[in-house]
Amino acid sequence: MSSIDLHASLPEIILTGALMLILFIDLFLPSERKSWNGPIAMAGVAGSMVALFTLVGERRVTFAGMFVLDAYALLFKFLFLAIALVVILISTNYLEDTIRDSQGEFYFLLLTSFLGMMLMASARDLLMLFVSLELVSAPGFLVAGFRKRDARSNEAAIKFFLFGVLSTAVMLFGMSLIYGVTRSTNLSQIATALQHSSHDPLVFASILLILAGFAFKVSAVPFHFWAPDTYEGSPIPVAAFLSVASKAAGFAGMLSLMFVGFVHQTQVWAPGFAILAVLTMTIGNVVALQQTNIVRLLAYSSIAQAGYILLPFAVVKGGSPAVLRDAFAACLTYILIYSFMNIGAFAVVIGVSRKRPTNLISDYEGLMQSEPGLALAMAFFLISLAGIPPLAGFWAKFFVFSAAIHGNAAWLGAIMVVNSVIGAYYYLTVASKMILRPARDTSPIGVPYPIVVAIALSLIVVVGVGIYPNFFQHFSPRSTLIAFLR
Amino acid sequence: MNGFDTWALSLGVFLPLVGAIAISGIPKLKVQAVKVIAVLASGAALVVSIIVLARFNFGQGTRHFQFVVNKSWIETIGARYHMGVDGIGLPLFVLTTLLTFLCVVYSLKTRPNPDTPRGFFALILLLETGMAGTFVSLDLVLFFIFWELVLVPMYFLIAIWGSERKEYSALKFFLYTLFGSIFMLLGFLAIYFRSHDPVTGQHTFDMIALQGQHLGSPAFLNLVFAGLFLGFAIKVPMWPFHTWLPDAHGDAPTVGSVLLAGILLKMGTYGFVRIALPLLPSAAHTWAPYIGGLAVIAILYGALCCLAQTDIKRLIAFSSVGHMGFVMLGISTLTQTGINAAIFGMVAHGVITGMLFFLAGSLYERFHTRQIDSIGPGLMQIMPRMGGILAFAAIASLGLPGLAGFWGEVFSLLAAFNPAAGLSTGLFRTYMVLGGVGTVLTAGYMLWLIQRLNLGKATEARLGERLDDVRPVEWIAWSPLLAGIVALGFYPGAVLKITDAAVGGLTRLFT
Repeated sequence: MSSIDLHASLPEIILTGALMLILFIDLFLPSERKSWNGPIAMAGVAGSMVALFTLVGERRVTFAGMFVLDAYALLFKFLFLAIALVVILISTNYLEDTIRDSQGEFYFLLLTSFLGMMLMASARDLLMLFVSLELVSAPGFLVAGFRKRDARSNEAAIKFFLFGVLSTAVMLFGMSLIYGVTRSTNLSQIATALQHSSHDPLVFASILLILAGFAFKVSAVPFHFWAPDTYEGSPIPVAAFLSVASKAAGFAGMLSLMFVGFVHQTQVWAPGFAILAVLTMTIGNVVALQQTNIVRLLAYSSIAQAGYILLPFAVVKGGSPAVLRDAFAACLTYILIYSFMNIGAFAVVIGVSRKRPTNLISDYEGLMQSEPGLALAMAFFLISLAGIPPLAGFWAKFFVFSAAIHGNAAWLGAIMVVNSVIGAYYYLTVASKMILRPARDTSPIGVPYPIVVAIALSLIVVVGVGIYPNFFQHFSPRSTLIAFLR
Repeated sequence: MNGFDTWALSLGVFLPLVGAIAISGIPKLKVQAVKVIAVLASGAALVVSIIVLARFNFGQGTRHFQFVVNKSWIETIGARYHMGVDGIGLPLFVLTTLLTFLCVVYSLKTRPNPDTPRGFFALILLLETGMAGTFVSLDLVLFFIFWELVLVPMYFLIAIWGSERKEYSALKFFLYTLFGSIFMLLGFLAIYFRSHDPVTGQHTFDMIALQGQHLGSPAFLNLVFAGLFLGFAIKVPMWPFHTWLPDAHGDAPTVGSVLLAGILLKMGTYGFVRIALPLLPSAAHTWAPYIGGLAVIAILYGALCCLAQTDIKRLIAFSSVGHMGFVMLGISTLTQTGINAAIFGMVAHGVITGMLFFLAGSLYERFHTRQIDSIGPGLMQIMPRMGGILAFAAIASLGLPGLAGFWGEVFSLLAAFNPAAGLSTGLFRTYMVLGGVGTVLTAGYMLWLIQRLNLGKATEARLGERLDDVRPVEWIAWSPLLAGIVALGFYPGAVLKITDAAVGGLTRLFT
């Protein structure tokens, strides 16, 4: 334990190297060559992914137990790097059109945030969780305000920042209480120390406080108020990044915290999650019904989707290890599938916004006539988000329903049914507007190929996993993180 | 032919899907190629189903599943790719491929606006995959996938090619069905977690393995049945869950209505017979009187609503509510006679109502109105053949002895005279009497429809329009249905011979 395992952290090291390189090279790039930063960033991500491949099947513990590399961490790291690739793909043309001189900083900040996510997946220690959460968030505050002369972008950044700082402070307070109770920051040691104190009010309070920090990150109600304004005001690739990568990172931390650190306190936190999940999905869906802007619609939809991901946390109360495993797997599967269908939808939005910059839902009317490929892809993503088989989104919901029934929480399942129907309403309305209504503007959009590649990649996952759901199950990530539960 | 026996059902289910994918790959302007592929794909599925019918082992063999394929699919949850047909699924499987093929043939010449054949045929074929798959799935997850697969194509068929409030109707259909079917999924999952596979010891979604398992307390089973009931009853649709049906039927394009009435509604009743009854027999016994009651309300309510309709498609739609009421009444008796009658009624209703919706569509195409008073009077003078077929189909629908509609209804009522052991005989006999009143009302509105449309004297203006009578392609699409109406009427044994033993195996649970 004393020596540091560099191989285990090689992906992070490569990513760090790439972002330093960008910062350095950017100084010497003239304005018309700033776009070179994109390929460099992509190469960094690809290199990091290669390093990650050399670690498949390994289980390493290093940095005094703070950093653990296991199948769970690997899975999330692959997910984050894949999302990073897609985000860079959908950013390149957008940046060239809008903020071309600051591309270096943008990619630097983006990669820094992804570095935080990579660490989050490996964090098994309160301090490490805190540091990586900050590393994810802080660059996010900056990139949200990247359209510097746009008042809404400024608003986006400042709202995000204030909410973020407040909830992090609350979370840190909770962590300090836990440290006071258990005299440890290591998650498994905390679990051991708390094994017999499930009714300690201090523990109860600190779990709630810590939860607040993560609830902000995944934009769960009532910590969601920043999300719609921030998504709308930020550059759209940033909105995509926040709604997918940053949210997945929040869940990665939440999963290891709840299922490792506080695993003996399910009686305490499961009811809290029930309230959180029901509020999040219901408010997200109901407010989404009234949106006229596609980015805001996706913002509220992503709040609702977070509610579905939170639901399995709520069913583990007093459940058997089998229930715990099912709930864990349901969360994980949902996050994986959600990431691809949501980023696909955002990629289409970026493509369309090149020629229809207002991002109104009415801009999508008749998209089928001018851009049939884009319209069909969007329809697939929306129908998948609605959870209709045989697309991937159905399996995501299936496993959540399955966990709810297994945990004897049919009432939560019933609430989610109603929410799914509300969700289907607005997803389908957008889809049918694209296909049924006459086009207002039939000029072709001309989607650049990086965006086409991003859409195609997401589409392959959404359709492929839908037809062959075993694909994600092969990773069997649940075997490692909560292995000791058996 | 052993390999064929294993993969026949998969071929029948997925050939249309292959056709749909092929059609999407064809350039927009090659309409002829689109038509050829659509006919080939749906025709091939029909041929496969006919071969399955020919090679089917009749007699006592219908109780067993044949043409079985059982492969590993999603290991983690134990869901398997398990398909097969027995005497209950086979008639509906054949009906599906037949009706879809006829719809494709009909659409070669007559298509609704906007005329974009590529999407139209692709969606019909996709729909066929969902419908056919539902009737042959023996795994609850597989069943659910196919069940939900019909939603999206039917939604777009109504929303793109429908009339009047098409988007509203399509969305209503979609959301209503989705609502019910996710509750059904919750029911499936509840069954799953109480089950055990006799081979592996794990939980199972296998419909055959789930039969006869002890799944829990009566209260639990009744709750699970409620979930399944919601899913199936909305699809049937049973009163009071029927409100999506008149809208969807009224605004759907012709072939959309034909398939909706002909096949989609049967998915609900089939679900009761295939899943709800055999898996949860005791709960089904508890629920049967209520289901019978709702069925009788549907019969009377459907008939009364028909008397008030001025729109021919809405009238046929409400008549479907009534006819499906007879089917559900037959099922609710839990007897061999009743369930045989129910399956016969499903097939007969598919053929007759499919025919009626074809007629309504052709009339709408010629007259550009669905109002009965604007089409009639005097249809016999304007287009005598069309009027004749309409009268024939309407009389078949009201249940004239000798035609297909008769047997399902009369055996259903007969079964209600003597329901399964433990069910209140008095109650079911009351249902029988009320159902009998329903048949009278049915005869009333159907005859009145004929009177308003066919009889009387046509206006000079109408006669001057010189509208086409039945066209060749319509003859081709309709003659199998007309022949079927007569054949099933004269020889109901054709269907009952297939179903009887399988139904007998099912109803033994209730004696």
